[in-house]
Amino acid sequence: MSKYLLRLFIAGHTARTERAIANIRRICDQDLDHQYKLVVIDVLERPQLAEDQKILATPTLIKELPPPLRRVVGDLSDRDRVLVGLELAIQDTQKGETP
Amino acid sequence: MNTLVANAPIQKVATGIKGFDFIAEGGLPEGRTILVGGSAGSGKTIFASQFLAEGIRQADQNGVFVTFEEHPADIRRNVCTFGWDIAGWEEAGKWRFVDAARDPAQEMQVAGDYDFGALLARIEHAVNTVDAKRVVLDSIGAIFGYFVDSGRVRHELFRIASALRDMKVTAVLTGERTSEYGEVARHGLEEFVADGVIILRNVLEEEKRRRTIEILKFRGTMHRKGEYPFTVLPREGIVVIPLSAIELKQRSGDIRVTSGNAELDRMCGGGLFRDSVILVSGATGTGKTLMVTHFVDGAAAAGERSLLLAYEESREQLGRNAIGWGTDFDRLEREGKLRVVCEYPETAGIEDHLVKIKDEIEAFKPDRVAMDSLSALERISTGRGFREFVLGLTSFIKHKEITGLFTSTTPTLMGGSSVTEAHISSITDTIVLLRYVELFGEMKRGIMVLKMRGSRHEKEIRELVIDEQGMHIGHQFRNVAGILAGHPTQIAVSELERLDELFPSEMMR
Repeated sequence: MSKYLLRLFIAGHTARTERAIANIRRICDQDLDHQYKLVVIDVLERPQLAEDQKILATPTLIKELPPPLRRVVGDLSDRDRVLVGLELAIQDTQKGETP
Repeated sequence: MNTLVANAPIQKVATGIKGFDFIAEGGLPEGRTILVGGSAGSGKTIFASQFLAEGIRQADQNGVFVTFEEHPADIRRNVCTFGWDIAGWEEAGKWRFVDAARDPAQEMQVAGDYDFGALLARIEHAVNTVDAKRVVLDSIGAIFGYFVDSGRVRHELFRIASALRDMKVTAVLTGERTSEYGEVARHGLEEFVADGVIILRNVLEEEKRRRTIEILKFRGTMHRKGEYPFTVLPREGIVVIPLSAIELKQRSGDIRVTSGNAELDRMCGGGLFRDSVILVSGATGTGKTLMVTHFVDGAAAAGERSLLLAYEESREQLGRNAIGWGTDFDRLEREGKLRVVCEYPETAGIEDHLVKIKDEIEAFKPDRVAMDSLSALERISTGRGFREFVLGLTSFIKHKEITGLFTSTTPTLMGGSSVTEAHISSITDTIVLLRYVELFGEMKRGIMVLKMRGSRHEKEIRELVIDEQGMHIGHQFRNVAGILAGHPTQIAVSELERLDELFPSEMMR
């Protein structure tokens, strides 16, 4: 059972998209202990999902679980901002303190 | 293929917004992206919504509304007063919202490079779903508030604008302006929607609000220039008032109609011209309303229909006055010869009055329009607004070949002229002056035809007597000077003789 549920909205498979996917996988593997589920949604194929979630920019990452719901926009190249945006920063520092 | 498209003339899409398609010479350029700029409260969202609403109602063209500021629920509610059933159209698959309004629950963190691919995909999806021909983005300035990197936002909006062209939809983008007479829109928006720019203004002038619309540019196609007043009416939305627009088409016929007084007709060289505008100026109590009554009565006797617009007296009072002079308004109304519309000038803005008058004329189709008094409407208006009103009204009734009689009240009892006259005397064809003449401790009334365009007319100032039968025009005031200046003086006979010597008879001719 994964602890984190993340949805990544992308618009077609561009270089930026690939960057975003690679970046979020790296962050998840490093900081989320592999306990995550990442769903990638291409808005060009599923525009109604983007409408339902009112997505403006791509890539947009939504953290659905655990609450609260959080959004991060961009190719996720700025790791610190991703962690702050998803409110995972606290765990990150805790992790840093444990060893 | 591309060259063919480039050479084809730009077609226009009639917006269906009253009066706008006239100043736009047909409508908005088809398949283009138009920026509508305006300050807060200038009517941008109404214009945009109406563009879609009239598309559905009049042109069977469906629309997509992309909202960046207000939520769809608010827009649906706000435009209810105009009679646009957005929810119904949504259900029928004719209207679709793309909700891009800011939502506090969806605040986001920016971490790296991004584009508006999702928004574009949503717009495309909506356009395809309802097969839209018209798209609105309202207001694009708001999106600069979500993202810090305005250079990126500008670039992405440019991409959306060009994608809209590819979708072959006619698009209206609204943008916020900070001042009424300054840059076209904030954030340099006009640069990337350069196909056309429309400016809506809401200016405070002499403590009165005045709305105007101006087409600044339509690339590659024609439009009328300058600011045109518009008003926003319940059940209708925006109504643009094209002023000088119809002036050129005015015909000047030589058909004469009666003023309702045979002697006055004689003074005018055989009656009033049918498609002319007559201004009757005089102080209170000089007989202006009586002249209006005769005008209506004379029309009815000739089998013509009159519309009487009264801004000073109630219907009952007007009826009583008319009966006193032998004209039965109630009977004329029953016979369909007359329609009396009584209104307080203050109930609406001057633009609204003009729209209402035009509607009344279109509905009743009168041969004559009398307004008692025009100067009452001046109270509620700015100088410029009033002039535009008179221009708009006179050109409209002339175009319809209607005879118009307007009264104007002078502020002083003796002599004098009103601001109304200064404003409109050049627009009217005929001016009749009614003046008090004080002689030997008695107040008499005088009448004269000051001007009559296209016709010979009498130049004498003649006595006007009012009794139970109405007005009677008597003889010329002899041996009196200074009536028009407001201080009549009796001239001694010897003085007359001296004047005669001053001007030898051959010079008099």
